[in-house]
Amino acid sequence: MIPILLGITVLSFGVMRLAPGGPAEAQMDFSAKASAEARERLRKLYGADQPFYKQYATWLGKFMTLDFGEAFADGRKVKDKILERLPITLTINLLSLGLVLLIAIPIGIMSATRQYSLLDRFSTMFVFIGFSTPSFWLALLLIYLFGVQWGVLPISGIHSLDISGLTFWGRLSDEANHLILPVFVSAFGGLAGFSRYVRNNMLEVMRQDYIRTARAKGLSEGVVIYKHALRNALMPVITILGLALPGLIGGSAIMEQVFGIPGMGQLMFQAVLSRDYNLAMGILVPAAFLTMLGNFLADIGYAFTDPRVRLR
Amino acid sequence: MNNAESFTSQTFHYLMQNKLAVIGGILVLLVFVLSIFAPRFAPYDPSKIDIKNILVGPSWSHLLGTDDLGRDVLSRMLWGGRISLEVGFVAVGIATIIGLILGSIAGFYGGWIDSTVMRAVDIMLSIPTIFLVLAVIAILEPSIINIMVVIGLTSWMEPARLIRAEFISLKEREFVVAARAIGAADSRIIMKHVLPNGLAPILVSATMGIGGAILIESALSFLGLGVQPPTPSWGSLLSSGKDNIEIAWWLSAFPGLAILITVLGYNLLGEGIRDALDPRQRE
Repeated sequence: MIPILLGITVLSFGVMRLAPGGPAEAQMDFSAKASAEARERLRKLYGADQPFYKQYATWLGKFMTLDFGEAFADGRKVKDKILERLPITLTINLLSLGLVLLIAIPIGIMSATRQYSLLDRFSTMFVFIGFSTPSFWLALLLIYLFGVQWGVLPISGIHSLDISGLTFWGRLSDEANHLILPVFVSAFGGLAGFSRYVRNNMLEVMRQDYIRTARAKGLSEGVVIYKHALRNALMPVITILGLALPGLIGGSAIMEQVFGIPGMGQLMFQAVLSRDYNLAMGILVPAAFLTMLGNFLADIGYAFTDPRVRLR
Repeated sequence: MNNAESFTSQTFHYLMQNKLAVIGGILVLLVFVLSIFAPRFAPYDPSKIDIKNILVGPSWSHLLGTDDLGRDVLSRMLWGGRISLEVGFVAVGIATIIGLILGSIAGFYGGWIDSTVMRAVDIMLSIPTIFLVLAVIAILEPSIINIMVVIGLTSWMEPARLIRAEFISLKEREFVVAARAIGAADSRIIMKHVLPNGLAPILVSATMGIGGAILIESALSFLGLGVQPPTPSWGSLLSSGKDNIEIAWWLSAFPGLAILITVLGYNLLGEGIRDALDPRQRE
């Protein structure tokens, strides 16, 4: 695991730092008057005059003590900037995850228990369409329909400008209204994949001997499906959540750009484009670690639920 | 009995029985033909600016409307299809070649080579693709070639994993052991004996990968980091659709539909090929 952790930091650091044009250049290019001397001073300030391995060692040493440094853009602590953006992105992702589970599990069960039925065919088609729909296009269409054409939902930001004048309930419903479209669009892609996954797992489990045994001893179909099959089918489903993390992060970047939401995705997007190393690394490396941890937990989860894996 | 040929024709037979796969194949073919013959089908010059007909909705003279410079949306979409498909095919080609090389070596030699390659795969899978793509594009400046290369360099992990698994299961088989016994060089065993027998899963991942690459390209162009205007690609058309969403829905709706149809086609076809190749599905 340690080599992977190091590899993640080296690769992201390398991609960010080895590029020509650091933050000094990004800031100076806009002012033609900046002298070579000032440029050099700024490079020194950012440590860009040091060789690569030294820069990396300095950064890693600080990172180990959870010191992410300051953002170049405004000199504020990276940690503060992240903590202030995190709740918005988390809220949207958790709500959409809840929506996905709420809809995908029943759909998955129904298509598995009634394989090749009309509902199963319909949901299979929906799955393929869900996989193939560009999320930002769906967002645009919904913005047009709900925001422009019917004018029932706000189309960008996380609350209205005059929010301070509202009562508590007014504020709540205002914020909820702003969340509807982003949450729905975030959930859409995951819905397809997740219901497919539940369906396939259910089909796999339903073919097992213990299901036949359960039926043979005269248990009702409901007990067989919900008690014997579903529990075993959902176990591996839980592990897939860890694997979905990088997709969620990437999705958030695009989603927040379309809906103008000041969250982590937007922060990362700006940080990478303005070559704000500290900020970009401060978001990226923890995200990558979480993903790796998710993969690791998924492996442990498999070993826990499937004793055959443990033998390897 | 010629086993290889009968397997291929059997697979094709099963593929043709799968209704969704046939639909997918038709969609893929349709988009392919429309894009190849874009110059013939396009009713207008895709870059001809017509100030008198700015942002005109769909009509008989402009079937899918015009954009903010009066250019014909249908013509731009047909030409844009060429760019999007080109990016998809080349990016997947790059990813597949890298994956084949690394996966073959890892699976064939095992040991520290294998674990090094697999750690590299783990690292690449942990970092969100969009970040790597964004960072590299920000360095290299957006251009069609750079986008193809970047998408290729960030999506070789799946083919590498697949081909490695094939190598591990094939390298102990009798025909490989026999080839080694008569003194064939490693490179010959890899290229002539193992690789051709392990290509089936790669076919599936490449087919679906084309759809994935088209989606990434469109997302990048949509964010303004992909194909640059005035060159049309479906993503860059959507990007200008976003700017005019309040007055011209057709600028957003149709290019996105084209992406959806194309990606859907490749996904259906890929899934169909997977089922047709899977002996368990044949009964």
